[in-house]
Amino acid sequence: MANGSLANEVSYLEYQGKHKGIMGWLLSVDHKRIGLMYLMAIMIFFFVAMTLGVLMRLEMLTPGETIMKPQTYNSVFTLHGVIMVFLFIIPAIPAVFGNFMLPIQIGAKDVAFPRLNLFSWYLYMVGAILAIVSLFIGDGPADTGWTFYVPYSIRSAQNVSITTLAAFVLGFSSILTGLNFVVTIHRLRAPGMTWFRMPLFVWGLYATSWIQVLATPVIGITLALIMLERLMGVGVFDPALGGDPILYQHLFWIYSHPAVYIMILPAMGVVSEILPTFSRKDIFGYKQIAISSLGIALIGYLVWGHHMFVSGMSDTSRIVFSLLTFLVAIPTGVKIFNWVATLYKASIKFSAPLYYVLGFIFIFSIGGLTGLVLGALATDIHVTDTYFVVAHFHYVMFGGMGIMFFATMHYWFPKVFGKMYNEKLAVIACTVIIVGFNVLYFPFFIMGYMGMPRRYYDYLPQFQGWHILSTVGSWILVSGIVFMFGNLFYALLKGPKASMNPWGGTTLEWKVPSPPPLENFDEIPVVTGGPYVHDKATYIMHPSKEGIKANGGVKTVNQEAAL
Amino acid sequence: MSEQTQTGELAAAQAHAAHADEHSQGHAEGHGHNVSYGTYFMVWLGLVALTAVTVTIAGIHLGSLTLITAMLIAAVKTSLVGYHFMHLKYDNVIIKVFVLVCLVIFLTFWILTFSDLSFR
Repeated sequence: MANGSLANEVSYLEYQGKHKGIMGWLLSVDHKRIGLMYLMAIMIFFFVAMTLGVLMRLEMLTPGETIMKPQTYNSVFTLHGVIMVFLFIIPAIPAVFGNFMLPIQIGAKDVAFPRLNLFSWYLYMVGAILAIVSLFIGDGPADTGWTFYVPYSIRSAQNVSITTLAAFVLGFSSILTGLNFVVTIHRLRAPGMTWFRMPLFVWGLYATSWIQVLATPVIGITLALIMLERLMGVGVFDPALGGDPILYQHLFWIYSHPAVYIMILPAMGVVSEILPTFSRKDIFGYKQIAISSLGIALIGYLVWGHHMFVSGMSDTSRIVFSLLTFLVAIPTGVKIFNWVATLYKASIKFSAPLYYVLGFIFIFSIGGLTGLVLGALATDIHVTDTYFVVAHFHYVMFGGMGIMFFATMHYWFPKVFGKMYNEKLAVIACTVIIVGFNVLYFPFFIMGYMGMPRRYYDYLPQFQGWHILSTVGSWILVSGIVFMFGNLFYALLKGPKASMNPWGGTTLEWKVPSPPPLENFDEIPVVTGGPYVHDKATYIMHPSKEGIKANGGVKTVNQEAAL
Repeated sequence: MSEQTQTGELAAAQAHAAHADEHSQGHAEGHGHNVSYGTYFMVWLGLVALTAVTVTIAGIHLGSLTLITAMLIAAVKTSLVGYHFMHLKYDNVIIKVFVLVCLVIFLTFWILTFSDLSFR
C-alpha cells in the first residue's frame, strides 16, 4: 500500500499505483483521472458532432441537393442533436470539471463513492458505443431528430431502437453521477465549509445533481416505452391502439426541459467562479446567486409544456405553462444582474476566461430573451418549428454551455495540467469564436422570423443569402475552435509550468499544487470564511500545525469560537 | 493495497468523519422490530382484494371518474407495499421525507399533465 504522504508528493498525473500505463487510468477511481477520461471521450464526440453540424451548413449553402441526399440530411441532424445533447452538453461540465473540482473545492479527498464514479464513466462509454453502433447496423442511423417524437419514431424503419437504448444507458450514467455529487456535497464538506461558504460552482452542481437524480428516470421510462412500442406494439403512444402521442411529448419534455438546466447550471456556476477571480472582489449577491440556482432547478421542472404549445394541448395547459415559463426568467435575471454588478467598480484583469464569460453574458442574454418570445403563446405560434427556435437553443446551449465549457477549460487548464497556455492566442481564438458564433446563428433568428422551417432539407431562394452568411459563420466558428484547441494542445506539450495560483483565485483548488496530488490535501483543511474573500485567508490548510485538532473532521464548539 | 482501494477507503473514512448532517444517517431497515407472517399475509390479502376491485371497476362506466378511481386504488396499493413490504414504516424520518418529496414531485408532474388531458 502506498502511504498517504508518498501519494501526495507527486501529482495525480504522475502517480503510479498498482496498475501502470493505460490500466492506471481505466481502473483508477481517482476523481481527477475519471474527470480527464470523460474529457477525452467528450472531446472526441464534440468534434464528431461539430463536423456533422458543419456538413449540415454546407448542405444548406444552396437550395436542393448540395452534398447529401435528403435521408442522409435527416440522419445527420438527428445524430448532431443526439451526440451534442446526450454525449457532450449534458455531461461536459459536471462530468469533467465537476468530477475534477467538486471534491477539491469542498476540501475532500474524493467523491463519496469513487467506484460508482468509475462505473458511471463505463456506463457513459457503453451508451456512446451503442450510439455509434446504431450508425452502422440494420437500416441506418435514426432520422427522428433528437426528440424521438411519436408516431414517427414508432414507424421509422431506421435504427431508432438502438439510439434510444443508447440514450437510456447514458441516462443511468447521469443519474449515478448526480447521486454521487449530492452525497459528496452533503457528507464530505471540510470542517467549517457551511452551505453558504461553498463555492458557487458547487451550488450549481448541487442543483444540477438533484435534477439528474429526479428527472432523468422519466426519460429512461419514456425511451423504454418507445422501444416497447416498436418491438411489441403495446400502444401507449400509438393513437391507432388507443394511445396518446401528446403524452409522449409530455413525458419527453418532463425530463428534457429540466435537462436544459442540467446543461446550463454548472456553466453558470463557473461564471460565478471566474468573475470574482478576475474582478478581484467578492461576488455581488452570493446568497441570491446560490438560491437562484435552486430556484431555476425547481421552476425548471414545471415549464416543459412550452415545447408543446402547437401540439394540440389544451388551452388551460398552455396558459399555465406560459405563465410558469415567464417565472423561470426571474432567477436567471437575478444571476445576470449580480454578475454584472460584480464587475462594477472592480479591479478587472482581462484574461481569456473573462473574455469568454463576457461573451457568455452577451450571448446568453440574447438566448434568454428570445426564450421569452417562445414562451409567449401568440409569438410562439408564429415562430414555432422555424429556425428561430434553432437559433434560440443554440444561443442558450452553445452560446451558454458551449462557450462556458471553453471558458472553464481555460480557467482550470493550469490547475488540471500544470501548464500555461499562450494568453494572447487564447484571446484571439475567443474573439474569432464569438464573432463566428454570431455570424453563424444570428441569421437563424431572421430566417425563422421570415418563416424558414427547421429540419428542412430544401428552401426557397429568398433565404439563400442568409444561409450563405450562416455557412460562412460556421467556417469562422470552426476555425476559432480548432485554433483554440491547437493553442491548448501546444500548451499541454510545450507550455511553461503553471504556478499554484496563476489567476489569484480564492477557492480551495488554488491552495493545492498544479496539478494536484492524488489525494488533493495533506490534511483536510478548515474553512473560516466565504469562498471569494480576497483580502484575508479563509482556509487553514494544515490545521494540525496551527494546533487545531481534527477531531474526526469536525471542529469543536471551542475551535469554532477560536476561529 | 491498490491506489483505487486506498482512495476509496479514504473517501469512506472521510464520509464517517465529516458528518455534518449526522442526524440524517439512515438505519438499515429491519432493526428493532419483528413483523409477523400474519401481518404480511393480511397486507397481501388486501392487495389481492384491491386488485379485484380495480378489475371490477374497469368494467363499470364511471366517466371522468374512471381514471381517478383507478389511480386512487393504485396509490393505496403502492402505499401498502412501501409501508409494509419495503419497511418504510420502520425507517428513519429522513427516508420518509425523501419518499414524500418524490411523491410530491410525481404528483406535480401528474397534475400538470392532466391540466392538458382533462381540458382538451
